[in-house]
Amino acid sequence: MNARQPFTLRRSWFEATARARLQALLDPASFREFLPPETSEPSPHLAVLDIPGAFDDGVIIGAGRLDGREVLVIAQEGQFMGGAVGEIHGAKIVGLLKRAQRDKPAAVLFLADSGGVRLHEANAGLIAISEIMRAVLDTRAAGVPVLALVGGSCGAFGGMGIVTRLCSAVIMSEEGRLALSGPEVIETVAGVEEFDSKDRALVWRVTGGKHRYLTGDCAALAEDEAADFSRVAAQLLAGWQEDVPSLAALRAEQARLSTRRTRFAGLRDGLDVWAALGVAEPGQVPLMDRDSLVDLKKGLPQ
Amino acid sequence: MSLHSLLDTLFPAGHAVAVEGKLIAGTAQAGDGPVAVLGTTDAAAIGHDIALGLAGRLLDLIEQHPGRPIVFLVDTSGQALSRAEELLCLNGSLAHLARCVDLARRQGHRSVALVTGQAVSGGFLSFGLMADQTFALADAQVRVMDLKAMARVTKIPHERLVELAGSSPTFAPGAENYQRMGAIAAIWPQASAALLDAALAGVDHGDTRLLAGRERGGRMLGAAVVDAVLAAG
Repeated sequence: MNARQPFTLRRSWFEATARARLQALLDPASFREFLPPETSEPSPHLAVLDIPGAFDDGVIIGAGRLDGREVLVIAQEGQFMGGAVGEIHGAKIVGLLKRAQRDKPAAVLFLADSGGVRLHEANAGLIAISEIMRAVLDTRAAGVPVLALVGGSCGAFGGMGIVTRLCSAVIMSEEGRLALSGPEVIETVAGVEEFDSKDRALVWRVTGGKHRYLTGDCAALAEDEAADFSRVAAQLLAGWQEDVPSLAALRAEQARLSTRRTRFAGLRDGLDVWAALGVAEPGQVPLMDRDSLVDLKKGLPQ
Repeated sequence: MSLHSLLDTLFPAGHAVAVEGKLIAGTAQAGDGPVAVLGTTDAAAIGHDIALGLAGRLLDLIEQHPGRPIVFLVDTSGQALSRAEELLCLNGSLAHLARCVDLARRQGHRSVALVTGQAVSGGFLSFGLMADQTFALADAQVRVMDLKAMARVTKIPHERLVELAGSSPTFAPGAENYQRMGAIAAIWPQASAALLDAALAGVDHGDTRLLAGRERGGRMLGAAVVDAVLAAG
């Protein structure tokens, strides 16, 4: 059990608030918030629509320590407006990333939990996501790794799905979901035959942590608890070398994505992709625990 | 305006641009020398094929023609909507395309994007909004979602959204709103070689959109929030 959580056996990352995630993720008493609620104003763009705002606008930013390392953190609150990005929310993230470029912490931990653009501030949200995209890449180019942690109830969708894949590495829990369009959007536009958003098992086989891990879109799997996200993030950072952006690296990624595009053409279910990857019993994947899945992936033909 | 006459207007000194499906790629002669032309047409939905097609051409350009400026032509209805695309992490391919645009910038390629038709959400994010500066033709449609759909999703009456859209650029579709908020540098009354040459000459590699949004009165909060985060103790 974990020394940081003496009173609970297990605390679900999926169900926790963003604040609870940060408290449990970082070293005890190390978290210091920037622009805390008591010094901030809620979004006037929501007020004008008679929607109650939040003083933190659905994202918490600050500094803390992870396993002794100084880190900057961003934690989106999925329980406020689906973690969606509006003007203030987005600017807090951009500001935090600029601060990382200046102060050079050991890493930025980006706890994504968001459906993407906040429709009530649609233009502000889209532009802010574009600014976050460039700021993430600037932060990495400054030598500071940005780790995305995805395991919240809103997953990482829309523009936040793109942002997540711009990060140095992605850590997901099995419960985490990562994609561009949400299943509900695809179902609404293309029909329930295309994507049945009520079929939770299917949604997880297409967007979930295990699938993204098996296909290499996420670097590591964590259990659905803060202590494990903490352990996995610290482990990744221990040997991390943030490379300067290079043609060679993007050529390699281009080759990986193109090969995969050909290899898995026409497939529509994670089960089919896992079989094509060489998993002998793809139907067993959803039932496997994390460690067994990690072992399974190690044994797959390259 | 057809794509061909658009290219004739933008590049009177000549162009060799091919259209494969909805992907545009080639080379053209701008006032100051050759430029790469890349983008999409016919309101393309961006899936893996277009994203990887554009990304691959960007990587070739960086390798074979170091420093050559890039003109992105943007006409996209957003991302492709299908389960098969999502199964292979479409957000990852769009992120890869964005990284390729970003690498070109870091390697000294100036870039200008021109919205010629539609510019919507994920498709716009992956390359149009990654350029050094983004412009739009006067009849371009820039949006996340139209107001009727937005009313349905947000459960706010359509009439109320229409009314508010008159005073706030924050949520309603329209290139003018994006200009006021700093994401579109200028709206061109029509396609013009002179405007394009001026745009290419005036490119700034830094992201100044928050400041532009404040100067133009369209985005009054963001820049101050960034400053406050940098100053926080």
